[in-house]
Amino acid sequence: MSASLQAAVQEICQACGNDRTRVMDIVREVQSRFGCVTGEAMDLIAKTVSAHRVEVEGVVSFYAFLSDQPKGEVVIRLCNDVIDEMAGSERIVRAFREALGIDFGQTTPDGRITLEHTPCIGMCDQAPAAMVNDVIVTRLSSDSVWAMVRELKAHMDPKRLVQKLGDGNNAHSLVHAMVENNIRRSGPVIFADLTPGDALKKAVAMSPQEVIRDIKTSRLRGRGGAGFPTGIKWDYTRSAEGAKRYVLCNADEGEPGTFKDRVILTEKAELLFEGMAIAGYAVGAETGILYLRAEYAYLRAFLEDVLNRQRSRGLLGKDVGGKRGFDFDIRIQMGAGAYICGEETALISSCEGLRGDPKNRPPFPAQKGYLGCPTTVNNVETFCCVARILDKGPGWFAQLGSQGSSGTKLLSISGDCKSPGVYEVPFGVKLREVLKMAGAEEALAVQVGGPSGQMVGEKDYDRSICYDDLATGGSVMVFGPQRNLLHVVSKFLEFFVEESCGYCTPCRVGNVLLKERVDRILAGQGEEADLAYLQDLGQTVKMASRCGLGQTSANPVLSTLKNFRSMYESLLRKPIDGKQLSFDIHQALADAQTVVGRQSVHF
Amino acid sequence: MSDTINFIIDGVEIQGREGQTILEAAEAAGIYIPRLCHLKGLTPHGSCRVCTVLVNGRPQASCTQPVAEGIVVESESERVQQIRRDIIDMLFVEGNHFCMFCEKSGNCELQAMAYRFGIPTPKFPYQFPKRGVDASHPDIFVDHNRCILCGRCVRASRDLDGKHVFDFVDRGPHKRVAVNAEARLADTNLDASDKATEVCPVGAILRKRVGYAVPVGKRLYDEKPIGSDIEAAKTK
Ligand SMILES: Cc1cc2nc3c(=O)[nH]c(=O)nc-3n(C[C@H](O)[C@H](O)[C@H](O)COP(=O)(O)O)c2cc1C
Ligand code: SF4
Ligand code: SF4
Ligand code: FES
Repeated sequence: MSASLQAAVQEICQACGNDRTRVMDIVREVQSRFGCVTGEAMDLIAKTVSAHRVEVEGVVSFYAFLSDQPKGEVVIRLCNDVIDEMAGSERIVRAFREALGIDFGQTTPDGRITLEHTPCIGMCDQAPAAMVNDVIVTRLSSDSVWAMVRELKAHMDPKRLVQKLGDGNNAHSLVHAMVENNIRRSGPVIFADLTPGDALKKAVAMSPQEVIRDIKTSRLRGRGGAGFPTGIKWDYTRSAEGAKRYVLCNADEGEPGTFKDRVILTEKAELLFEGMAIAGYAVGAETGILYLRAEYAYLRAFLEDVLNRQRSRGLLGKDVGGKRGFDFDIRIQMGAGAYICGEETALISSCEGLRGDPKNRPPFPAQKGYLGCPTTVNNVETFCCVARILDKGPGWFAQLGSQGSSGTKLLSISGDCKSPGVYEVPFGVKLREVLKMAGAEEALAVQVGGPSGQMVGEKDYDRSICYDDLATGGSVMVFGPQRNLLHVVSKFLEFFVEESCGYCTPCRVGNVLLKERVDRILAGQGEEADLAYLQDLGQTVKMASRCGLGQTSANPVLSTLKNFRSMYESLLRKPIDGKQLSFDIHQALADAQTVVGRQSVHF
Repeated sequence: MSDTINFIIDGVEIQGREGQTILEAAEAAGIYIPRLCHLKGLTPHGSCRVCTVLVNGRPQASCTQPVAEGIVVESESERVQQIRRDIIDMLFVEGNHFCMFCEKSGNCELQAMAYRFGIPTPKFPYQFPKRGVDASHPDIFVDHNRCILCGRCVRASRDLDGKHVFDFVDRGPHKRVAVNAEARLADTNLDASDKATEVCPVGAILRKRVGYAVPVGKRLYDEKPIGSDIEAAKTK
């Protein structure tokens, strides 16, 4: 074993040029071949790439899909997102437990199958869903789980679980997935047709500065959530000093309830790659990286194939778009299960083979990003808008949508609605209209922008979706009248606790404390004072956290305290005889009584 | 001078230099901004967030935020102090800090910070995590119960000692300091004379056999509150 491990590790590192910055690829490969990255493997990797063992351990222990403990040949990861729960994942949980005879976090005694939970895998419109190694299985039922487990035990080949193929490119032989696109509404920007090369050729006919000027004129703002003006970001990147420049595409799509990038990657990859090449031309980069979340690994072979097609069309590689001297190519960097890697500086850390910790700012990525070079990081949808703007003109784009928010936006709508799926709508559309389109007129509450966004109710349904009002990276989760919203808040906090990188105090500790108090109220042990406590604590976490995760993780609490306060109040209890309700004297004494070996005389 | 940068902290006009952080410039002017992860001589880390200030109304960590001409910094206001108190409370409840029988008591920066802020007891519930102690090394022991994840040991070993004995593993609430070996500090190349052994702000990395060389009551922060040396420079 040891000798074969040594040979394999050396071969894997060699294939990555023994490059320390490629540690993500190295550990991912070791994990997939050996089912884990043992301490011995970490030692070997560290020696081969001139790193320290503890650094490799730091990386392996950071990402949810990597492990130093052996896992089964097949790993089943059931999505435990709140939307999946609403779709009945509790029954699925039970079915998996019974069919496999193990609990979550365990491996079957024969060492073949491991069962785990995982946060949102981007399939909320076809929940409940799970990953079986890289294969996605959707619309699970107890019956399908039992059938699946039976089959797996017989052939151990997750690919054979896919019997009915999804629509569009999901049925492509390189994707071969049962995933559905559920494109409910197409618009002129993302889902319209484009002849490959048209946009890029128009771009390279101009100077890079003119391309940036056009992007500024279009008033395009980032589609990943933060909404920074794309033209300005490119300008900074272009004018920053550096030997090389990089274009990074953020396809980490980890915000629960978002799945629109997955549909773009499936159906509009050419448009995306053309947009990235245009960005490369504009900022002066030769290399682009697509950071693809591990949950979308099933799209990787297909995307590599699209990249090859783009190369053979002359839209990537040397003299791109026929422009002498403009060389640009794209590689895919796989993630390994970490929501925080969608944060742009964490994404850069991850691409550099480090733990997915965000970096201190300044410097900003545009000044010093990937490997210390000027870098622009943009969302998948942003690059698609770029290609369309170059093809149709900035004026055409700017007249779509609203004043402060030009263009269209893809919304991923899920939860209690008749038609979950992806909707391309013009910016400025009223939330009420969106709910009508999706068949969700009954909604009790809508979470706009995912857990890090806001939860709004009926009185806010006439507000519009745009950067200046209800901003969203795409996630719209609908909760019907039958739902317990405080439970939803607790689930969101659980997500942030699990996904915090742990670097800074307020986020690492504060989210745990927020969840503890929300759960206490849910259990009927809350008191009046807990509301002020939550408000103040939430405010500290928001103000003091180091990156966008902690700066928004308290939003579920803060926005429900504002918009659904009565829901909290109805659960509060009045203290009896001045006693704290949450204090249980018997529980408090339990440990001590065990140690002493007898009951207290008084209680 | 052209590289002088003028800005305001809590209504006081002060001068900084290009390339300084707000925390450094304030310190040079005799204004103490509370800090835990920051230590002179180490790369700023920006993790504890105790040094949070408002810069033109926006929260920033003053140990990483550079000075800029004309900025207005709010440091000692009630709302900023409230954030700092909350963070100190969080650090206390996150670990297991039993000051009354900790060797570091009186020399501990976390404890001293609580005194400076007048915190008798944290307002958050104790988490009582289960954490380990590594006493394998002949001269040094590590008590993870008291670690506040400031990363000083990590940076000192890497940047000052050129070794990389310590680094962080796991993430989120499970994040912890690990050593560059299978498990034991004794299996690393840590030497008792390493800088990494001197920088821990709390009692998580301690030298063996010298714990009570200075009696309790006569220690650094028993005499003067933390930060008073910096503030004293101003009154001079
Ligand atoms: C915790 C966290 C997660 C994020 N996840 C994503 C993501 O999955 N995709 C994305 O495009 N942006 C994400 N972002 C926003 C990015 O940091 C960044 O703003 C964005 O990629 C920039 O691209 P844009 O300007 O085109 O929107 C995330 C931010 C935070 C704080
Ligand atoms: S806010 Fe959270 S995710 Fe961001 S750096 Fe701090 S601990 Fe990490
Ligand atoms: S051991 Fe000490 S120096 Fe190292 S991270 Fe923990 S508290 Fe900081
Ligand atoms: S001293 Fe600035 S974050 Fe710790």
